Amino acid sequence: MARYIGKRIIYMVITLALIATFTFFLMKILPGSPIASADKLSPEQRAVVEARYGLDDPLPVQYFNYMFGLVQGDLGISINQFKGADVTDVILSRMGPSAQIGFQGMLLGTVLGILLGMIAALRQNTWVDYSSTIVAIIGISIPSFVFASMLQYFLGLKLGWFPVALWKDGFMSSVLPSIALAMFPLATAARFIRTEMIEVLSSDYITLAKAKGASGSEIAFKHAFRNALIPLITVLGPMAVGILTGSLVVEQIFAIPGIGEQFVKSIMVSDFSIIMGTTIFFSVFLILVILIVDIMYGIIDPRIRLSGGKS
Amino acid sequence: MEKILQVKDLELSFNTFGGEVKAIRGVNFDLYKGETLAIVGESGSGKSVTTKSIMRLLPESSAEFKNGEILFGGRDLTKLSDKEMQKIRGKDISMIFQDPMTSLNPTMPIGRQITEPLLKHQKISKSEARKVAIDLLRLVGMPKPELRMKQYPHQFSGGQRQRIVIAISLACNPQVLIADEPTTALDVTIQAQILELMKDLQKKIDTSIIFITHDLGVVANVADRVAVMYGGKIVEIGTVDEIFYNPQHPYTWGLLSSMPSLDTEDAKLYAIPGTPPDLLDPPKGDAFALRSEYAMKIDMEMDPPFFKISDTHMAATWLLHPDAPQVEPPLSVIERMKKFPGSRYYEGSAN
Ligand SMILES: Nc1ncnc2c1ncn2[C@@H]1O[C@H](COP(=O)(O)OP(=O)(O)OP(=O)(O)O)[C@@H](O)[C@H]1O
Ligand SMILES: [Mg+2]
Repeated sequence: MARYIGKRIIYMVITLALIATFTFFLMKILPGSPIASADKLSPEQRAVVEARYGLDDPLPVQYFNYMFGLVQGDLGISINQFKGADVTDVILSRMGPSAQIGFQGMLLGTVLGILLGMIAALRQNTWVDYSSTIVAIIGISIPSFVFASMLQYFLGLKLGWFPVALWKDGFMSSVLPSIALAMFPLATAARFIRTEMIEVLSSDYITLAKAKGASGSEIAFKHAFRNALIPLITVLGPMAVGILTGSLVVEQIFAIPGIGEQFVKSIMVSDFSIIMGTTIFFSVFLILVILIVDIMYGIIDPRIRLSGGKS
Repeated sequence: MEKILQVKDLELSFNTFGGEVKAIRGVNFDLYKGETLAIVGESGSGKSVTTKSIMRLLPESSAEFKNGEILFGGRDLTKLSDKEMQKIRGKDISMIFQDPMTSLNPTMPIGRQITEPLLKHQKISKSEARKVAIDLLRLVGMPKPELRMKQYPHQFSGGQRQRIVIAISLACNPQVLIADEPTTALDVTIQAQILELMKDLQKKIDTSIIFITHDLGVVANVADRVAVMYGGKIVEIGTVDEIFYNPQHPYTWGLLSSMPSLDTEDAKLYAIPGTPPDLLDPPKGDAFALRSEYAMKIDMEMDPPFFKISDTHMAATWLLHPDAPQVEPPLSVIERMKKFPGSRYYEGSAN
């Protein structure tokens, strides 16, 4: 297991280096300048500013400087969005709200999704099943900004149960954005668990469990649930991606001072170092999720536990 | 002898999109205490459905009892509630399935899978159940059972898994054990070991066994009596000797002729021509008539009743009607009948 994780970490580092390189050059190709009102500056003034951020060095030099900093954990300095602030500090200071709504959304979505999927499978082809399918379709096909706006309007504005936006009331502020983020994992989990449960319920070992005299609920929870749950781990990765991309929009709509909101703004003002830093941060996050998913797989599924990881 | 289980006029259908599949069309048999009754017949003849209906393991949404009863311990199993059935399953009647690779729960240690029926049906503590489970594993020939209790199914071979399934099925000393092709998925040597094990255990706990198989060699090895099924019906039933050496139904003749044997040096294998009847729309009369070279006009019109050959032997074919003409069975069958005292080809003791 240790060897397996070691190998995975090496791959992670390589993947990150590739992502960093790719993003770096992509940034350089894209039009737009991080220097605000660039056209109003005289060429001399402009050169001064560029020199300050090392933007006048030849591209390879810039690249190696950047990668060298990266290895030391230095993501550079914000050019215009947070003038002069350390990118690492900017990201860390904004992690809290993002992590909170992301985690709450994921948890709420997965738990409700699993419940919904289970009920649908156990009550196959009844109205319960059909309604759960409809919820799943809605959750997957309607984008999160639509949910976010609807939640904001109905639960926030009309009913006044939760703050409409901003990050001022602690947990209460996090409720609506979390619900908006939860829709995608909810729908994904519900669909997935339903299919898996139906498949598992028709397998031989379930028939044998029945033949032993197990009751309906024992069959569902002692025998089927765990076996249906294991494959769900494989979609945790895509679900995390969904949460991440969702957060870009949802944080914007609810004006939450998180990483997503800051990332979107940094793109609008072409703050290279913030864009790069956030991209790398997101990549690290996703790669870690995938690694954790694989390790979890090994812990939950005894067939993988002994053979030392899936190849 | 004491009758443990009686299946009377059982009819069962599946309601499917294509229509009503009449899978069981009037099955009658008794199971006696301590005996092994083999059910043979080609694929789709209704062997599994018959036994699953005894256990009530068929999908409730589509399977429907149309007629008949299954009497066990003075009760009709077709009429019991789910709760009552759960008390019988695994305790009084238990089952072994064909594929040991898929019949154990992959994410549950086998110890828990064996103690499950014990804890469910008997008033014993977890540690007592554990002891019983270890004894059971030892009984089915698993080396070092204490160490293996915590292991998962994938850590066992196919033969070992079938031993575990047998241990589970015998946990509560059932009166009836249903084995649906328990050795089909195993290789020949393991197959022989499992059969020996089942025979041994049967003597020890005096259970009655219904043994489904395609393999007539296995039947000769394990069974006391044989029921031959065709198209959702039993067409002939008798002791092993009666079925093997004095068969009366043309379908049984076909089955026996297609069995490779050592004493007839004949290498060519016989295959019964044609296909099994369509159970969505079963033919009028004898379902085997269309495939039988012995079919008579009446076979196309009326379903034959059972004719009694001896106290233990019955067959459903018009050939046994007093007015039917005498026909010659296939040569290989005549060879067999020569060895059976009481058959019309008997030639005295074979040696
Ligand atoms: N759930 C079901 N729905 C509809 N038809 C079914 C169902 N289960 C079985 N049948 C039909 O019932 C008939 C008998 O099937 P059964 O499984 O008892 O055959 P079998 O004698 O056990 O065959 P095999 O030797 O292949 O196991 C078949 O025609 C089959 O198609
Ligand atoms: Mg079968």
